[in-house]
Amino acid sequence: MADDNTSGRVPTVIADDVHIVYRVNGAGGGKGSATAALSRILRRGKGESRGVRKVHAVRGVSFTAYRGEAIGLIGTNGSGKSTLLRAIAGLLPTEHGKVYTDGQPSLLGVNAALMSDLTGERNVVLGGLAMGMSREEIRERYQGIVDFSGINEKGDFITLPMRTYSSGMAARLRFSIAAAKNHDVLMIDEALATGDRKFQIRSEKRIRELRKEAGTVFLVSHSNKSIRDTCDRVLWLEKGELLMDGPTDEVLKAYERETGK
Amino acid sequence: MSDTTHDGAVALSTPPSADDGLSAAEMATKYGLTVSGARPGLFEYVRQLWGRRHFIMAFSRAKLTAQYSQAKLGQLWQVATPLLNALVYYLIFGLILGTRKGMTQEVFIPFLVTGVFVFTFTQSSVMAGVRAISGNLGLVRALHFPRASLPISFSLQQLQQLLFSMIVLAVVAVAFGSYPGPSWLLIIPALVMQFLFNTGLAMIMARLGSKTPDLAQLMPFVMRTWMYASGVMFSIPVMLKDKPDWIANVLQYNPAAIYMDLIRFALIDGYGSENLPSHVWAVALAWAVLVGVVGFVYFWKAEERYGRG
Repeated sequence: MADDNTSGRVPTVIADDVHIVYRVNGAGGGKGSATAALSRILRRGKGESRGVRKVHAVRGVSFTAYRGEAIGLIGTNGSGKSTLLRAIAGLLPTEHGKVYTDGQPSLLGVNAALMSDLTGERNVVLGGLAMGMSREEIRERYQGIVDFSGINEKGDFITLPMRTYSSGMAARLRFSIAAAKNHDVLMIDEALATGDRKFQIRSEKRIRELRKEAGTVFLVSHSNKSIRDTCDRVLWLEKGELLMDGPTDEVLKAYERETGK
Repeated sequence: MSDTTHDGAVALSTPPSADDGLSAAEMATKYGLTVSGARPGLFEYVRQLWGRRHFIMAFSRAKLTAQYSQAKLGQLWQVATPLLNALVYYLIFGLILGTRKGMTQEVFIPFLVTGVFVFTFTQSSVMAGVRAISGNLGLVRALHFPRASLPISFSLQQLQQLLFSMIVLAVVAVAFGSYPGPSWLLIIPALVMQFLFNTGLAMIMARLGSKTPDLAQLMPFVMRTWMYASGVMFSIPVMLKDKPDWIANVLQYNPAAIYMDLIRFALIDGYGSENLPSHVWAVALAWAVLVGVVGFVYFWKAEERYGRG
């Protein structure tokens, strides 16, 4: 990408004082009744507009990620990990601050693009197109995706609508579609170990492959084991703030002490 | 917060490098990094959108298929829905209210059915447009694609729906004595222009709806008013002949009325050019280009902000 510097480390993601604020409609205090909504509208003013509540999810996070790094994100529920990932991917606009990236980072997952009323077959194509693959690429990888998901091991399920799948089967197909594409900067948002034991092993292997191909990997997880296995650097977020940033062992030790594990 | 200044944090465990003194922006420039999620230029945006054409098509077709996939009659509803719609309007306006003033039965039925179908095309594009972003936040927050793919996809879905309605319409026209002829070909440019207009409108509504989801509640009333004012079930000049001229003119030159009239003119034998306002093709094209371009640019201007909760 660019000329090497002295230490030979090339940054791929730079987050510069990133703030992210969600605005929630209809959560502004009081009862959720029509009269309450009306009085909220009438009682406007004081800067904060009618019935909109702000949630400051990420507060001034800065870090630089380099090529070849695998970075874990840890923190308790609601600490802003997934939100930060989305901001890095450019999917959530920042309120303040900037994220600079090399190329287009992508989140691993296509759930939102799939439609349960369509057959698995069509969902593979739709999901692939949604991730930006070309029709040829999808045709090439189609069989691989279906085989990997193992959907057809118990009969011809791929030609049935996805709503007829068991939750495990659907999760397997979703993962298979999502994992079919290679990424420069790859972001994985926990809960990947879906499906039965056999599939878990297969998907862990695939993630390792993806990691090797990707320049930089971000992993959000509540499993300290999988963070230890994968990451060489860890960011610890708490209440939207970056509490600690350093080598996996150091940060995890501090985190475990804090959370009493 | 004090332990997270960007230089200090990353240098925690690594030897200092030549980059240490640089600010984030300087470092980004040095390594050719770009702002994540920044809005591309207008031409670049069009290029990206063109690159996603297969996704746009697949998404619109998928939506269309998914719509009736649980019904026993399945895709038959694509045709049955507009047919039933036309029947209801015929029952109310043709038989009970008798709004066919100045038209024979042979003209009025195809006139009414065309009006209903063509207006529904615009109406449902607008309604789908309002929810194009706000109803697909999950998709917008998970994957990268030019966001205009969504409203365009939804208008395409409505266009495909309309093509099914056109089958019904052709049958109705023939049943009432208007046979296929070369003038039927005029339907194609008329529909292309209406599609452009609808897509532009859908993009405007998509941006407004992403900020104010309440529009989804409000729009049905606006659309119904628009429908009654556009002469879907009556001839505007005949109905308003004792009112001041300008009212009829305003109503006749509104885009919905223009596109309906063009298709009626193309389709129905007894509906000649005397029913059309003057310069009708030019006006149709002007509406299409104006709303199409303005809608696209307006939507693009907020590209990086879609997805904010």
